[in-house]
Amino acid sequence: MGVETVSYTVLVFVKQVPDTQNISGDAMTPEGTVNRAALPAIFNPEDLNALELALELKDRYGARVVVGTMGMPAAAEVLRQALYRGADEAVLVTDRALAGADTLATSYTLSCCAKKLGKLDLILCGRQAIDGDTAQVGPQLAEKLNIPQLCYVEEVKSLAKGKITVRRAIEGGHEILESPLPALLTVIDANEPRPMNAKRLMKFKRAKTASEIAKAYAGSNYTDAEVLAEQQSKLEKAGLLIREYSAADIGADPGRIGFPGSPTKVKSVMSVVLTASEAKSIPATDEGIGLLIHALISDHTLG
Amino acid sequence: MAEKIGNVWIFIEQEAGKIADVSLELVCKGRELAGKLGVKVEALLLGDKVGDCVETLYSYGCDTVYLVEDPRLEPFTVLPYARAVVDLVREHKPNILLFGATLKGRELAPRVASEKLGGLTADCTDLKIDDFEDKKNNQSYTNKLMQIRPAFGGNIIATIVNTWEDPQMVTVREGVMKMDTPDPSRKGKLVRVKPALTDAESVVKVIDRVRADKEIDLKGAQIIVSGGYGVGSKANFKLIRQLAEALGGEVGASRAAVDAGWIDHDHQVGQTGVTVRPRLYIACGISGSIQHVAGMKESKKIIAINSDPGAPIFSAAHYAIVGDLNTVIPQMIKAFKAKA
Repeated sequence: MGVETVSYTVLVFVKQVPDTQNISGDAMTPEGTVNRAALPAIFNPEDLNALELALELKDRYGARVVVGTMGMPAAAEVLRQALYRGADEAVLVTDRALAGADTLATSYTLSCCAKKLGKLDLILCGRQAIDGDTAQVGPQLAEKLNIPQLCYVEEVKSLAKGKITVRRAIEGGHEILESPLPALLTVIDANEPRPMNAKRLMKFKRAKTASEIAKAYAGSNYTDAEVLAEQQSKLEKAGLLIREYSAADIGADPGRIGFPGSPTKVKSVMSVVLTASEAKSIPATDEGIGLLIHALISDHTLG
Repeated sequence: MAEKIGNVWIFIEQEAGKIADVSLELVCKGRELAGKLGVKVEALLLGDKVGDCVETLYSYGCDTVYLVEDPRLEPFTVLPYARAVVDLVREHKPNILLFGATLKGRELAPRVASEKLGGLTADCTDLKIDDFEDKKNNQSYTNKLMQIRPAFGGNIIATIVNTWEDPQMVTVREGVMKMDTPDPSRKGKLVRVKPALTDAESVVKVIDRVRADKEIDLKGAQIIVSGGYGVGSKANFKLIRQLAEALGGEVGASRAAVDAGWIDHDHQVGQTGVTVRPRLYIACGISGSIQHVAGMKESKKIIAINSDPGAPIFSAAHYAIVGDLNTVIPQMIKAFKAKA
């Protein structure tokens, strides 16, 4: 047997999201609405499942795992977390012009990023992100790249000869699907994401984007371009540079990104406030409960 | 004179020739929307040998059924479905296109929207026709579809409008729209369509398919007894089953109880489970997260049993019983057996 060469390139798109699932009292305003700023920013849970699936493919078949995200400069943090877990490279797409993107504009932007990265065998993403719960970006991205989409994937059965076979959830059961490569998979919460690796953490905590390098020098007296370029090339040589792309870098059409590229507009937003209704208090006694049951039988709710 | 607007279209989801409830719910909602706009309700029925569904669609109020039959449309795979739907949309230019927010609908609708370069709003819980002033772009729109959905983990309700070219596309959660009584005397027009499929849409093969119809029907249940984390253990969930059985109802659960492994996900009520609107909903040991309440607040009567008087579930309830469910549930069973 010869030495196995890296044969596949797998791109995993992830998102940094506010933790909407564990909203504690601290994150609520006195009016009973959510104070978004008080929510911690986390790695979107199902994107961790997608990353885990990619890393399993790397373990099983040999693959270069590239992790990408579109977001604010601070979203570099989820890329580092992916590197700690085993991703090989990271790419951040960040630009003010991307603000206000709906799922159509987002999927277009990600498709430009994917094209910029060259030949890819697989693109993985979580089924949906917990801030919007739309599950739309994956299928839209697949369409933009004109490749098949395999949604709600639980596991990869095999990857060979330019084909992938997966098991995926369907209503009331599951299906085994076979697709040619390249293909896009959306992954559901069906695996156990591996923890961060201590050695990798020690190495990649120094990984930075160009903006982060610049920020680290902000306020010092010698922040000329040369110094920054030197730092950048040093990190790059050490495999610690997180690539950072603007909308122009990935060749995105300005009319198709951010707010202008988004057909859906938010007309209004209403906070859900759990207001006290006039619940009738029923004493937890035989008598109280007996009367309640009687009332419910009388008005034909029961029986 | 204003340009004539397109019709209201419903993507009809079927499995083995049985129409999904959500599709019929959408036909009923579609009739209401089409009535306001003065247009027709039309169904897109895709599959192979599914002609038996057509009469049912008329009876719920479809004026037209586009019947698209091809062996490559069975079982469902997204690429040929998207091809057929996009082609029909381009040809007939509907004003509105509704999909159920099922696994199939949530996979198909974005593929269609992306190819059509159109807006799509996921998981709507309400739809209305209204005008929209886009102040940012100084544009005004009349008779647009207001796409109302929870977002941000259910903590906000957003109203979204599609400002680009029609169709205005949405997916709608199962169980949130009311299904009207069908009228078998209603008739409609059948349009048979031969889809223009190529090998490109057949690259994904279904190697195996295992499915069973759900054993429980929470959406159709008139009485639901639900248990939450306060039930305490898997063994103790039998109390919930006993009460449901005594009252002739189904067993529901909160996400916390499902996540704890006490009961199967099919029983989950709430934003990531089923939306229900029974005659009676009894929440036992459920704290009442926004996500859970979103899935049951339309119930006609709600009884909440919780030992914590401050539990948010009481805000959604009509009857509040502050107490230990281990004693309250047997009391209820006893009282019901004595009276019934």
